[in-house]
Amino acid sequence: MKKSLFIFMLVSFTFIQAFAGGYRVSLQGNRALAMGHTGVAVVNSAESAFFNPAGLVYLENKINISAGAYGIFSSTKWQNTETGQFAEVEDNVSTPFYLYGSYKISERFAVGLSVTTPFGSSVEWEKDWAGSHLVNDIELEAFFIQPLISIKLSENFSIGGGPIYATGNVNFNRNINRTLTDENGVRSNVEIDDSGVDEWGWSASFLFTPTEKLRIGFNYRSEIILDAVGGDATFSNLPNSSLVPVSNGQTTFDASLPLPAELTVGLSYQFNDKLLFAFDFNRTMWEAYESLDIIFNDPDIPNSINPRNYENASTYRFGVQYEAMDQLTLRGGFYYDETPVQSNFFAPETPRNDSQGYTAGLSYDVNDKLSIDASFLYLRFSEVNASFDGYTENGVTVPFSGTYKSSTFIPGLGISYKL
Amino acid sequence: MMKIFKLYLLLFSATLFISCEAEFDDAIEDNEVFDAGEADFSNYVSVGNSLTAGFADNALYREGQMNSFPNILAQQFALVGGGEFNQPIVADNIGGLLANGNPLPGFDTRLVLSTQSGQPFPDNISGTPQTDIANVQQGPFNNMGVPGAKSFHLSLSGYGDISNVGTIANPFFVRFASSPSATVIEDAVAQNPSFFSLWIGNNDVLGFATSGGVGVDQTGNLNPATYGPNDITDPNVFAQVYTSYVSALNASASGGVLYNIPDVTSIPFFTTVPRNAVPLDGQTAAVLNQQFAAYNQQVLPGLVQFGVISPEEAAQRQINFQAGQNFVTLTDESLTDISQFLLAPPFNLDPQTAGLLAQLRQATNEDLIPLNASGNIGNALDPQGTLITGVTVPLGDESVLTVNEQMMINNARNAYNAVIQSAAQTNGLAFVDVDQLLQEAQVGIPFDGGTLTSTFVTGGAFSLDGVHLTPRGYALVANESIKAINQTYGSTLPTVSLGDFRTIATSDNTDL
Repeated sequence: MKKSLFIFMLVSFTFIQAFAGGYRVSLQGNRALAMGHTGVAVVNSAESAFFNPAGLVYLENKINISAGAYGIFSSTKWQNTETGQFAEVEDNVSTPFYLYGSYKISERFAVGLSVTTPFGSSVEWEKDWAGSHLVNDIELEAFFIQPLISIKLSENFSIGGGPIYATGNVNFNRNINRTLTDENGVRSNVEIDDSGVDEWGWSASFLFTPTEKLRIGFNYRSEIILDAVGGDATFSNLPNSSLVPVSNGQTTFDASLPLPAELTVGLSYQFNDKLLFAFDFNRTMWEAYESLDIIFNDPDIPNSINPRNYENASTYRFGVQYEAMDQLTLRGGFYYDETPVQSNFFAPETPRNDSQGYTAGLSYDVNDKLSIDASFLYLRFSEVNASFDGYTENGVTVPFSGTYKSSTFIPGLGISYKL
Repeated sequence: MMKIFKLYLLLFSATLFISCEAEFDDAIEDNEVFDAGEADFSNYVSVGNSLTAGFADNALYREGQMNSFPNILAQQFALVGGGEFNQPIVADNIGGLLANGNPLPGFDTRLVLSTQSGQPFPDNISGTPQTDIANVQQGPFNNMGVPGAKSFHLSLSGYGDISNVGTIANPFFVRFASSPSATVIEDAVAQNPSFFSLWIGNNDVLGFATSGGVGVDQTGNLNPATYGPNDITDPNVFAQVYTSYVSALNASASGGVLYNIPDVTSIPFFTTVPRNAVPLDGQTAAVLNQQFAAYNQQVLPGLVQFGVISPEEAAQRQINFQAGQNFVTLTDESLTDISQFLLAPPFNLDPQTAGLLAQLRQATNEDLIPLNASGNIGNALDPQGTLITGVTVPLGDESVLTVNEQMMINNARNAYNAVIQSAAQTNGLAFVDVDQLLQEAQVGIPFDGGTLTSTFVTGGAFSLDGVHLTPRGYALVANESIKAINQTYGSTLPTVSLGDFRTIATSDNTDL
């Protein structure tokens, strides 16, 4: 049954020209990332806590710790050849991190803990740029804290999982519309801000090892909807006019942001003592993100309804690991990431089209217990013509269109410790 | 092993530096998308009047200047090698002028749509103007638009001399003339423009029009020094100065763009106030008709009989009211002054009544009533309420632009426009038919976000003074300019998105 699923997966695997990312940040382990961020069927380090907790019980050592962080260096540009306008995202570096630990209580039973930042987005356009009625800047961050258990049900089958505590922050700033200014010609603006928005979720997984060389893994992480209630909304630079329904100052808002469910299936194959191949397939249930509705608690202020219409998206990941020397392991990988964003709902707050990720990395064993893990990812985006058709003025749809080009480079560094 | 490690480190850092910056195949930013064609936009100089300066809402203020059509054009020129575009930016976003610290009469703050008086109405924004004309700005300025300038003013020496304010000088030019004796055209030509725009001549008829035609049609008088501010400029005077400006500007330029003069009937200043602005009930109408019965049935036929007026004029002068909307009454200079006859037998009217009836008629659909007359109509001039402006007391000459006055304007304007179009053809310059453009705006011009029209306040094209354009209106002019320039010079300049430019501004920062 599991085998047929695997075969079906390979047969149906096609490179559909679509796009990737949303605000999911797939950077949950330097060893995994170096191999194209595969890991659902890899048993290697405490990184399994995220990729497949069922694998924790297979780790040889009693205590395993992995920790690391990344620097995201990203560049996005936009231009419109109809109007000659162009803009770029300000240089910004964000630093997602991870921390995993596992403790093997018995041969059949292990516990673990995972702290990750699997969702986030940090995009800062030039203030008052051509798309500032959609977004000036956005900063979105979610932390996941998850206690785990891993149980070996038989010699070749284990399960794992645990509850997830998620907590998030959001800050979003945009201009009121394309033209409104105060008496001094300064563009009218709204900023929403909320932090400590929390919610519970869960994940569950299994790992099947039919032969010594082949592992098949499955992991499911549930959807978590972060409900911001009573967040701060600040209006500024509005003209002093009774003809404008909003005035300067602070009010509160409610909004919901879904962190979509993600299903991963994959396999790994150990060709020989030195060479391991891994494949992961992710399906992210982005359909949950239909619309970002910002409901202001002041009834006089019109609500801000921002259609998103995301679609479920797939990611295909490949990785190899080669134990070059006693102390040195080399890794490489590739992935293809489809965007959940439809080309006519391409909002500049997450300007992500389909991307190809090229990864490499290494582990250097400092001693028997401690390794240094390094990885890098180059995300290649093709130039894309897209438009956002969800903005209206006086009932008329005003598309925001243009050409986007992004490029992202992400180096990462971490350690693995086993005892 | 260290070798491999180093190789990895090298790969790391190499990727960091090579691939981090996203690059388009053809980047607008790097001038890889658009083409200048045969034109050289490196030093663009714009010459003209208020419409070139970015004047709006009856004032020159910062935001208006930033949205002047030459500044919008210059942003697009910058995509194909255009240089910096310097404008004589005023001190604030309020508008109005000072002279040596004192407010300059007639240069009030800008109009905003205010609800201070209840209903939304254009009103002056509160604040003290900070722009002092004695504080002369250091040029050169690419935007040589001078609000209020007529064609012959551009070559008038002393037009920028502060000691001539109140006589021949223009305070706006005083602010940035290179010397008190400099002329606008000299200062423009001295910059050796590589490209220019010239839009002049509007005020040569507009002063006459907005004053309701109280000025003189100077056609035939070739000496502009004798003209009053509300006079119509002689077309030969216009032709002479206009062609000299074009050759002077074109001497150094790779090209330029010329603009013609729109019809006054396409601007809301003349199309907003209805001619039949007087609402009456049946009873009042009957009382009024009773009052005018003797005039209609005895006086007018009598005057025809005496040969004082023609039967046609008598028909024109009939006064009739009815229940509903009624045409206003007005004084028409072109009618025969019958007051002396009314004072004499057999009519023997009192001087006041004779004066009111002297050149009286009711408006027709061909008359235009200026926006600034709207406040007077229907106002009672006496405590009893029998003397009502526009009803029993005719609107004065300054409150109506009659058919006859419109004809004078159009004769002159058509002559100017012929000169402009021929100058464009002769010199191979781009030409923008603003007359045609504003006629289209009366019907409505679709854009990304709606339809732009000339309707006062709500249409979007015209600012609250009813004469000058909004930023969106100026963007429309800029787009037409770009189309004409692309056609003439083979350039591929992109147009701007009209929806990115605002229409009128609302604010209750007005004095009650």
